[in-house]
Amino acid sequence: MATKSKTQIIPIGPYHPLQEEPEFFKLHVEGEKVVKLEIELGYNHRGIEKLAEGLTYDQIPFLVERICGICSSSHPFASVNAMEDIADVDVPLRAKYIRTFIGELERIHSHLLWLGLAGHFLGYNTVWMWAWKQREPVLDLFELITGNRNHYAMFKPGGVRRDVADEDIPTAMRLLESLEKPVMMFTKIALQDPVLQARLKNVGVLTKEDCVELGALGPTSRASGVPWDVRHDHPYAAYGMVDWDVIVTQNGDVFDKAVVRLLETFESVKICVQCLEKLREVKDGIDAELKEIPPGEGVGHHEAPRGEVFHYARSDGTNRPIRYKVRAPSFMNVPTNHRAVVGYTVSDATITLAAIDPCYCCTERMLVVDANSGKQVMGWKDLLRLSQEKTHRLMEKYNSRMDRIWT
Amino acid sequence: MSLKIKALTKSIWVFHMAASPCNNCDIEILDLLTPRFDIERFGIQLVGSIRHADAVLVTGSINRKVRKRLKRVLAQAAQPCFVIALGNCSCSMEMFGTSYNDNKPLDEITDVHAYIAGCPPKPEAMIQGVVALIQAQLAALKK
Amino acid sequence: MADEVLEGIKAKFGGAIVEVFEKSPRRTYITVDPASLPEVAEYVYKDLGARFSIATGMHMVEGFEVLYHFALDNADRFLNLRVILDLDKPSVESIATRVPATEWIEREMHELLGIEFRNHPDMRHLLLDDDWPEGNYPLRRDWKDWRGGENGNEK
Repeated sequence: MATKSKTQIIPIGPYHPLQEEPEFFKLHVEGEKVVKLEIELGYNHRGIEKLAEGLTYDQIPFLVERICGICSSSHPFASVNAMEDIADVDVPLRAKYIRTFIGELERIHSHLLWLGLAGHFLGYNTVWMWAWKQREPVLDLFELITGNRNHYAMFKPGGVRRDVADEDIPTAMRLLESLEKPVMMFTKIALQDPVLQARLKNVGVLTKEDCVELGALGPTSRASGVPWDVRHDHPYAAYGMVDWDVIVTQNGDVFDKAVVRLLETFESVKICVQCLEKLREVKDGIDAELKEIPPGEGVGHHEAPRGEVFHYARSDGTNRPIRYKVRAPSFMNVPTNHRAVVGYTVSDATITLAAIDPCYCCTERMLVVDANSGKQVMGWKDLLRLSQEKTHRLMEKYNSRMDRIWT
Repeated sequence: MSLKIKALTKSIWVFHMAASPCNNCDIEILDLLTPRFDIERFGIQLVGSIRHADAVLVTGSINRKVRKRLKRVLAQAAQPCFVIALGNCSCSMEMFGTSYNDNKPLDEITDVHAYIAGCPPKPEAMIQGVVALIQAQLAALKK
Repeated sequence: MADEVLEGIKAKFGGAIVEVFEKSPRRTYITVDPASLPEVAEYVYKDLGARFSIATGMHMVEGFEVLYHFALDNADRFLNLRVILDLDKPSVESIATRVPATEWIEREMHELLGIEFRNHPDMRHLLLDDDWPEGNYPLRRDWKDWRGGENGNEK
C-alpha cells in the first residue's frame, strides 16, 4: 500500500437513507477508523429569528413551535418564559402545572422516539417498531388534551390556551400507568441485550471535559457525568414543586446516553402523575391576562428532551420584539460529534451521530457532497486483507465481551 | 407509459425527502410504517434511494440551499415518478413565505401530483392522499 | 453568593465594566469594554465555572450589540456580558479559542450580521448557502430583500 495519505472521505448525506432530515457529514477515514469529521449545516435554515421580529408576542409561540416538530412544546415553553421574564409576571399555579405536564409528556414521546430511531440506525428494527408502538398512546393523550398529535399550541404569554378537563384526568392517568410496563421492558432490553451492549458500550465516548468545554446539554452531558439540567438548576413552572431526580451517569458512551433517556422517561411519568393529581385540586385559572410587554429584555429557557432551549427577547414596548434569539440544544450538541466520532469505526459513526438525538431543524443547518481531495484507491487484495484483519480483531474483542455479558 | 402507471398503483415504493421541514411531517411519515398504521400491508415501503422510488414525499418549505439538492435528487428519479407535497410548508410555505432564505413552495420548483395539507397531516390523511392519487391516476387511464 | 460574583468581576476588571444592570436577582447584564471582553469572558467561564449558553447579536441604533449569555448553574443566575460595537465596522476579538463552545455562534453572527470576529479559527458560512452574496446580512435592520434581483432567485 502506498505510504502517503491514506485518508478517504465518506459522505453521509444530505439525503441519506437513514436520516429523516437533510444533514451532511463528511467522514475522513483511514481504513475503517474515522480521523476527522466535517459537519455542514443550513439545509433547514428558515430564518425564524428574523420572522419572529415581524410577529406579535401572541403569534410567536406558534412560530417557534414550528422550529421543531419533535420538541414542539419546548420552544414555546422557553418563549413564554422569556416574555414573562420581560414583563415580570407570575402565571397562575394551574397554568404552571399544565405547562409542566405538557413538557414532560413530550419528553416521554421524544425519548421513546429516539430509542426507536437508535434501533433503526443500528439495523435493529424490532426495537424501532416496539418503541414506536408504545409511543402512539402518548400521542393519543396529546390529541385528547390539546387537539393535535403534534404542534400542540398550548402555550401563550401569561398562561396556557386550553384547560385540562377533569374528566380527562382518569384517562390520562390510565395511559401513563400502562406506559410503565413497556418502558421497563425497554430498559431491561437496553441493559441486558448483548447486541445492544456490543454495539453501544464504549462507543462514541464523550468525556466530561469535552462536555464542559463545548457546552453540551441534556442527556448528552448528563451521560458524561455533567449534571446540567435547567429544570433543577433554574426552576421554572412547576419543576420546583414536584418530586423528581436528575439522572446522571458517568461513562459518556452511547449506551449511557440511552440509559439516561430511558430512566428519564420514568422521571417524566412521575412528574406527569404528580401534575395531574395537583390539577384536580388547583383551580386558580389558566391565564394571567398578560396584555402588554414593557420595554426591556428577557431570557427564557426550558429543558427540552435534548437539552436546554434558550430564548432571548428584546422589547421596545411595542407589540413585536426588536430582536428574538433562539438557541436549540442541538446547536451545542452537534459540535460534540467532532470529538465523539473521531477514533471509532465507520460502522459506529451513524449511531454516534444519532446519539445526541440531533435535531437539525432546530440547529438549522447541513452539508454539501464533495469527495475529491485525498482520495486513495485501494486494490482488491488490500481490501480483502483489511477486512480479514478487522474480522479477527472483532472476534477477539467480542468473544471476551460476550463472556462478560453472559456470565 | 399507461401500463407503467397502472403497475405503479399496486405497490408503491416511496422516497422521503425532507427539504427544510420542522421534522414533524417526517416523523409522521415514519409513524406510518410502525405497527399502528403499518402501511407495508399495502405494499407501500420507504426506500433509501430515489432511483428505486415510484413516488416522492417532499416535506418542508424549501430554502435556497436545499433547493439545488432537491432538484438534483428529483432529476435522478426513474420516470414515471409521482411527486407529493406533504404538509402545509411544501404546499404553501405556511409561515415561512417571507423568510430571507428564499423559501419556495414545491410547485414552483417541480410539477406536483398531489397535495396533502395539514400541520402535520394526520397519518390517516396521508394514507387518504395517496389513495386519492392512485384513484385519480386509474380514472385518467380509463378515459 | 450572587453579589460575591459581581464584586469579584468588578474587583478584577473594574476599569473594563461600563455598566451593570440587575434586572432581577436571576438576570444580570454587564456591559463590558470590547477590548477586554476575552479576559472577562475567560474569567467568567473558567474561574466562575459558568456554562456558556449562547450569544446574541443585535443591530441597534447605537451600534451592534453582542450579548454573551453565561449560566451560573449553581446559583440559578444568568450573567449576560454585553459589548457594544461600532456601527460602520463592527469588529471584536473572538473568544472561540478561550471558550470553545462559542465557535459556531460566532460563525453564525458573522454571516447573519456581518460582525467580524478577529482571530476566529474558521469563518466559513455556517447556515447560509456558500454562494450567498457578499455583504448581504439578513439580520441587519437595513437589510433589503435582494431576491428576484440580479442575484438570482431562479426557479
